[in-house]
Amino acid sequence: MVDVHSTRVPSAVRSHSDSASHSALLPPSALAHQFDDIEQQHAADELGIWLFLATEIMFFGGMFLAYAVYRRQDEAAFAAASTKLDAGLGAINTAVLLCSSLTMALAVHAAETAQRKHLIALLVLTIFLGTVFLGIKGYEYHHKYEVGLMPLAGFPFVWEGPSAGHAQMFFNLYFVMTGVHALHMLIGLGVLTVLAIKALRGGLLGEFATPVNITGLYWHFVDIVWVFLFPFLYLVR
Amino acid sequence: MIDDGFRLFPEQASTHAPRVDLLYFFLLGVAVFFTVLIAALIVYFSIKYRRGNTQVDRTVSHVESFRTELVWMVVPLILCVMIFTWGADLYFSGYRPPAGALEIRVVAKQWMWKFQHPDGKREINTLHVPLGGAVKLTMISEDVIHSMFVPAFRIKRDVLPGNYANCWFEATRTGEFHLFCAEYCGTNHSRMTGRVIVLEPAEYQAWLAGGNANEPPAEAGKRLFEELRCVTCHVAGGATGRCPPLENLYDHPVRLVDGQTVKADDGYLRESIVRPAAKVVAGFQPIMPSFDGQVSEEQLIDLIAYIKSLAKPAAAPASEAGDRP
Amino acid sequence: MTTISQHRPPTVPAPDQPPRRNYLNNGYSVRSWLLTTDHKRIAVLYLLSVTFFFMIGGLAASVVRLDLTTPEADLVLTETFNKLFTAHGVIMVFFFLIPSIPSVLGNFLVPLMIGARDLAFPKLNLLSWYIYTLGGLFTIYALVAGGVDTGWTFYAPYSSTYSNTHVMATAVGIFITGFSSILTGLNFIVTIHKMRAPGLTWFRLPLFIWSTYATSIIMVLGTPVLAISLFLVGMERLLKIGIFDPKLGGDPILFQHLFWFYSHPAVYIMVLPSMGVVSEIIPCFCRKRPFGYAFIGFSSFAIAVFSFLVWGHHLFVSGQSVYAGLVFSALSYLVAIPSAIKVFNWTASLHKGSISFDTPMLYALGFVGLFTMGGLTGLFVAALAVDVHVHDTYFIVAHFHYIMVGGAVMGYLGGIHFWWSKMTGRLYPEGWARLSAILIFVGFNLTFFPQYILGYLGMPRRYHVYPEEFQVLNVMSSAGASILAVGYFFPLTYLLWSLRWGKIASSNPWRAAGLEWQTSSPPPTENFAQTPVVRDEAYDYATIDAQLAAVKPSSPGVELSHG
Repeated sequence: MVDVHSTRVPSAVRSHSDSASHSALLPPSALAHQFDDIEQQHAADELGIWLFLATEIMFFGGMFLAYAVYRRQDEAAFAAASTKLDAGLGAINTAVLLCSSLTMALAVHAAETAQRKHLIALLVLTIFLGTVFLGIKGYEYHHKYEVGLMPLAGFPFVWEGPSAGHAQMFFNLYFVMTGVHALHMLIGLGVLTVLAIKALRGGLLGEFATPVNITGLYWHFVDIVWVFLFPFLYLVR
Repeated sequence: MIDDGFRLFPEQASTHAPRVDLLYFFLLGVAVFFTVLIAALIVYFSIKYRRGNTQVDRTVSHVESFRTELVWMVVPLILCVMIFTWGADLYFSGYRPPAGALEIRVVAKQWMWKFQHPDGKREINTLHVPLGGAVKLTMISEDVIHSMFVPAFRIKRDVLPGNYANCWFEATRTGEFHLFCAEYCGTNHSRMTGRVIVLEPAEYQAWLAGGNANEPPAEAGKRLFEELRCVTCHVAGGATGRCPPLENLYDHPVRLVDGQTVKADDGYLRESIVRPAAKVVAGFQPIMPSFDGQVSEEQLIDLIAYIKSLAKPAAAPASEAGDRP
Repeated sequence: MTTISQHRPPTVPAPDQPPRRNYLNNGYSVRSWLLTTDHKRIAVLYLLSVTFFFMIGGLAASVVRLDLTTPEADLVLTETFNKLFTAHGVIMVFFFLIPSIPSVLGNFLVPLMIGARDLAFPKLNLLSWYIYTLGGLFTIYALVAGGVDTGWTFYAPYSSTYSNTHVMATAVGIFITGFSSILTGLNFIVTIHKMRAPGLTWFRLPLFIWSTYATSIIMVLGTPVLAISLFLVGMERLLKIGIFDPKLGGDPILFQHLFWFYSHPAVYIMVLPSMGVVSEIIPCFCRKRPFGYAFIGFSSFAIAVFSFLVWGHHLFVSGQSVYAGLVFSALSYLVAIPSAIKVFNWTASLHKGSISFDTPMLYALGFVGLFTMGGLTGLFVAALAVDVHVHDTYFIVAHFHYIMVGGAVMGYLGGIHFWWSKMTGRLYPEGWARLSAILIFVGFNLTFFPQYILGYLGMPRRYHVYPEEFQVLNVMSSAGASILAVGYFFPLTYLLWSLRWGKIASSNPWRAAGLEWQTSSPPPTENFAQTPVVRDEAYDYATIDAQLAAVKPSSPGVELSHG
């Protein structure tokens, strides 16, 4: 086996044998074996989540493109259809999500400053607010179903007035876009639940706070997507 | 020509074909040149600088020159600009049909081609056209995307559902030429083929006149217009006031409620029948019902032919046909 | 390059047995393989998976080519034929070409080449493999349950409304696998940014890393758009939402835009890594630094960026506006330039080299030739007026197979051979390998060159039956395909054979430059006993050969004992 000799070894360099011999003695470290130091790990984690969010932008971007193309074809129809959505509920939902982003940001801070009780409380609050959002969404969906504005899976689409086709397209886009958004929220809630359980067991504090940080970024992103969805869907006039 | 046997190069049967082939041969020349160049260099270097050859001088005297890189960036770029311009120019000239072209309506469906000549004569999978003179195909699909492809003419155009697509050609040889569907459209895509039969103009007229007399599209359209009760609102001259008059409408500008002005071409007329609320004429209400699903594409072609045939009303009472389209 | 002490010989003679402790024998249980987070083991898992899919995709193609020897539908039903060419496309694109080099060679080599212990996110890496496998299983299910017949391009409204085959299952399978692509690319980008060994600046990186990085950008930014395209088709099928249905005012061309926005950059995902492999092989077998290192490196990024701007060249005859066509045509010519730069630089790299023709070099040179031919036909199809004639014909089929098979697959095989000793600790039999490379080259050309002629003659693609006058060329193509198939079986056989009976390899049988060669073959699980420190420039073959000559002054040039 060819050895690699280096005459000057930077202080950050670890060799595998170090951790192996010491692991039984030191408390568990947040540092994963592939990284040289905790700063490198944090930098890597941050870059990773931002890249992932970039992929999500591209994913939602496709739907926004479809929306833009069809809206341009018949603005009037889109406006008429948009009035059928309850802008008040949409506004409440926006406020709910914005609050949940606040609680999430505070949770990240609590994790990083190792405040266990605050962390748990804030995570639970975020989950609660997210659930409220989904609850309101569910109510809205149900209402649309009742009045015949859910043109999915062959359900009847009831529309008086011109441009029924384009109005139907609006509602198709409404359900697909908010549906995908809701799916992302559900996934977020799932992750938050796992985090809450870990926090209950005393984890995720101090240098172990990275998962909270990363989830926070994801949660903020999902919030921002809603901030775009709300005016594009609810406020077209 | 079909049944000619093995060939290595397609024949040229349209005015467009030789022009496309010229560009093709130029590209072929460029491709052969660069392929031979790279291959020859690889072979030459491989032999000259093979490991066992100790006689050759390997001292690297050159400094990796930015200039060399620049040369082999700029030269291909110039070549590419040339080719792009040539291809684009040729594409433009092949895109818009000249005025006065013979208009053939085409309806594609899984898995056949339906053609209709201006006088109403219909064909399936075979298209008779006269030699010389432009022929314009206005095409639409009843179901999925198809593509009209005639290799001998070097033309191809996707045929879409819901929107007319055009292409045109001018045949320069008589004979029978392959017609293919070139966009995968389901099980019998490869059987959705046909023939374009180019006849001398006199023969074409004879062919047109022969066989069963077909109802001219405009007459069929008029009959439909009455059957479907369009005439209830669209009384001659727009006298009901409920809807815009159709006389002299075709190919003229139309002003819409949202301020836009569009041209009343085939696509506009078709859309007005199947989705009337999409473009409402200024000064009118969106009260026209949709006929989507009640008329087939061929019936739409006939209705449009009828509307085209409606001349300017002789003495229209108070209506100024100019500003109330 | 690591600093090597002047007082120690730079190489050791080939050992009699593999190194005592390496990543392969570090645990033999199934659990240790299926729950591994070692990037090298994950690379091997991918190697098994992609080989499996390659064989299925190849089998589908074999039946297609066999049927096409006659103009009539003589072998299978047309429904079956349509499902076979769809299966071939779907499997080869999504389950072989896209993952092959990044997930096999990239996973194995990226940490080694930059002196790291593993990728940035090893568990995510394992998850990527499981996602890929899950997606693959979905697609296999779709095949077995009756197949899908939309073509790998899934054009609406045929796929969204009319086809009654297993579109959903296939779309779901591809959707799932897309995440594997995204996460792998994400892993690579973070690793290359954050975990390079001390002294390893960007301009000392191997060109394989440059091209892997560029590929990863495309994977990360492009794949989600494929996901949404397939998702919308699925929604239209499942929930009848009519986004692409003209009756509701929907636009089938919108699907084409969304689909090709990913699928064009995707073809660069397939070929850029191969270019990276070639950029490693050529310098090694010429014993000199590649000509125009920086230009080759930057051209990878230029290709990645431009690749996102040209998707409309798949829509020239679709009815998109002529002006859009102009823009896309012009940009398509621009994207050809960086590829041309690479070809010229590779060729110039041979000048004044000391060239040997080991198997990896044969594949690399074959790549350069065939990629050049395929790329030049790109000039044909980027020309608007010519594309009108050749779009959706066998000309296009030939064009992309020259690049995908003559290019990407040959690059992949070249890379597998080049790094085989590193991955397995064994040498393959050189004679058989060279024969196979030549057989593949010949078979490939015989298969696909006639298709250019067929295409210009007007034979459309995806045709089961065709006019008789096309038969001669079809028979030639199928004959070539049989040779190609045989050619592919040889490496499968002798590479497997070498695992048990091949000669044991030293750490650096090729005397190649690069950090991966500074550790044993196969490497230990942690890759390096100590993180290397890099002081020398990349591809410092002059120094390597000088040091070797100092050890063995009598040998002319450098001897490579191999096979």
